[in-house]
Amino acid sequence: MRVLAAMSGGVDSAVAAARAVDAGHDVVGVHLALSRMPGTLRTGARGCCTIEDSMDAQRAANLLGIPYYVWDFSERFKSDVVDDFIAEYEAGRTPNPCMRCNERIKFAALMDKALALGFDAVCTGHYASVVTGADGALELHRASAWAKDQSYVLGVLTAEQLPHAMFPLAETPSKADVRAEAERRGLSVANKPDSHDICFIPDGDTRGWLSERLPEVPGSIVDESGAVIGSHDGTHGFTIGQRKGLHLGVPASDGRPRFVLAVKPAENTVVVGPRESLDIGEIAGTKFSWCGSAPANPGEAFACDVQIRAHAEPVPAVAFLAEGEFVVRPEVALNSVATGQTAVIYVGTRVLGQFTISRTVAVAGRVDPVVGRVDPQGHIETTTTLTSSLSESVG
Amino acid sequence: MTVYLDHAASTPVRAVARQAYLAALEVSGNPSSIHRDGQRARAILEDAREIVSSTLNCDPIEVIFTSGGTESVNLGIIGLYRARRSVDPRRTRIIVPEGEHHATLDALEWLEAHESAVIDWVLLDTLGRIDLTAWRDALTREPETIAVATSLWANNEVGTIHDVDALAAACAAAEVPFHVDAIAAWGHIPVGLSPGISALSVAGHKVGSVPGVGVLVVPRSVTIDAVLHGGGQQRGIRSGTQNPAVAASLAAAIGEAHPQQDGESERLAGLRDDAQRRILASTDGVRVSGDLDNRLPHNLHLHIEDASSADLLYLLDEAGISVSAGSACQAGVARASHVLLAMGRSPEQASSALRISLGHTTTQADIDELVRVFPEVVSRARTVSSRA
Repeated sequence: MRVLAAMSGGVDSAVAAARAVDAGHDVVGVHLALSRMPGTLRTGARGCCTIEDSMDAQRAANLLGIPYYVWDFSERFKSDVVDDFIAEYEAGRTPNPCMRCNERIKFAALMDKALALGFDAVCTGHYASVVTGADGALELHRASAWAKDQSYVLGVLTAEQLPHAMFPLAETPSKADVRAEAERRGLSVANKPDSHDICFIPDGDTRGWLSERLPEVPGSIVDESGAVIGSHDGTHGFTIGQRKGLHLGVPASDGRPRFVLAVKPAENTVVVGPRESLDIGEIAGTKFSWCGSAPANPGEAFACDVQIRAHAEPVPAVAFLAEGEFVVRPEVALNSVATGQTAVIYVGTRVLGQFTISRTVAVAGRVDPVVGRVDPQGHIETTTTLTSSLSESVG
Repeated sequence: MTVYLDHAASTPVRAVARQAYLAALEVSGNPSSIHRDGQRARAILEDAREIVSSTLNCDPIEVIFTSGGTESVNLGIIGLYRARRSVDPRRTRIIVPEGEHHATLDALEWLEAHESAVIDWVLLDTLGRIDLTAWRDALTREPETIAVATSLWANNEVGTIHDVDALAAACAAAEVPFHVDAIAAWGHIPVGLSPGISALSVAGHKVGSVPGVGVLVVPRSVTIDAVLHGGGQQRGIRSGTQNPAVAASLAAAIGEAHPQQDGESERLAGLRDDAQRRILASTDGVRVSGDLDNRLPHNLHLHIEDASSADLLYLLDEAGISVSAGSACQAGVARASHVLLAMGRSPEQASSALRISLGHTTTQADIDELVRVFPEVVSRARTVSSRA
């Protein structure tokens, strides 16, 4: 196969490319220039957008004896990932830019270009595996080592993209194995620190980065009843579940700590309340996709696991499609769910699909006493009749 | 084997240049040393200086060896700027055409940011020619405020040859020192010191020497500040231990190229014209940039509608053909050509260019292969662009 290896300059993508070469594929390495104003050197542990990273990728390609190019996706990255990230925060949602990048850059713009140039597949250093399912169709599964599994951020892949996605690190027991292999192969990136968090915010200070780009308009912090109990310098400084930094002068009447329950930029308010109000019993979104074959009848509730963050534990749930909306009801209340986050739906190890959470329904204190309540372990006793028992907390 | 058509980036090292380099490595002295080993090294260096000077219409003492074109240009512009300004602090203006090489542009930007320089841009026309009236106007406007003027001899991207005699005459009339970057032109058309030129930059890797060596010609009469300070070598204009081996390589390369220049330029222009004619006949939506009546003989600069330079470069490389686009950023991304932008093209057009450049190893078979793969490469690149 003719394989285009996306090489970030990190150890994972370098080893993935090496394995693709070993497997006998005709491999070409490509580094994506994503930043318009790339830094020259890596700072600290972060990296993805620096000249040093592109040089690291080039050195790896040299060692593997494969041609190497830098392709400019900085314009697409800015409009589809960075601007989207800012706009989502501006709207009070918490986006996942890595998913957006996979959805719109790596497995869309890059893959389209690769296919148009005559490549058969795009290879990346993600830890996930593409396997043929019982029906003969390709499926995306978790990597064998769950600790490193990155299938969550690949949940946006579609049936059209899976045949052209190659993840050679699928069966790797651990990151240490990848580093050891890189060392054995003589790859200079063997001991390069992992990149993490958000590549376009090099110092990791998301709040500071956003405050330079979003107007800070002071507003009110209110409780669930709408009573003003404090003030803020700008809504984007808050995330759902946040407890620290609220600077509330007035203690809660019951003396218990308060958490951010909702961020409402349109009203310029931040809603706070008790911890149990963060317990979410239903999440839903209209922007969804299936990763491979869709269930035969998605309108019928089916058992699954739902994962709402890259490193969150999956939670057993039932899911169904209703009036164009993907609805998921977890068996255990989900904590601190922000709209804008992506819910990835698993059946066993298989990624079934994903949606962007646009609506959440809290459990706390609002459960219809007749049909359901939360037990001390947080389990919702009746899941099928929850709709009538929960009230909407975040629009 | 690839078909190498990127001679304007670096041309293959000539056999004579390789031999001269290796022979010079056998000599162990520092050319500044007093002893006979040093004298042997010095002799190699000065032989080289004589040969180089003979190709540039100057005396050996006027040849200052540097580490390459970028250093020559920086020394020429910054050195003249500082020397002029130290005599009269009002002299902060620098007259320069648009579309210059980045060695010039970035040096000017630095002087603007750190040493109060004011850049006076002279526009290019759509063929990449300097507006001579504007050049003369700039030089006659408040001449007491002008520090230096600088220009390419011929544009390194589109190949348009400037009227250096006219540019220099205007500078001489205004009594403004004039630096000329002849890096793209040297070895292909006659270049050299002439009245009105105060400094002239050339580089070895464009004429078939080992890379890492260049020359700044500085006439005896010109006052220029040093940028590097140290042992006072080369009239104190460029301190630093001199490297006889690269100088010998450079001299051997230009020593071979210079006497053959007329015939070789005719040969390359013939091959270039053949490529141009056949490509235009085979592929729609392609046009030639630059001044067709007055361009470097080895340069073919194409604008290819609805295709991106990056994709064309990749596909041609895949087909075994090495060419270039405008410039690349530090990370290696093909960028919109600032030269084409200066010639009035849109950013999209400036990102759809290819520079094909021929040289001493180019054969008819190379051109035939380029012409053979070209239509398919363009068609594929257009498919990629249409999907983006």
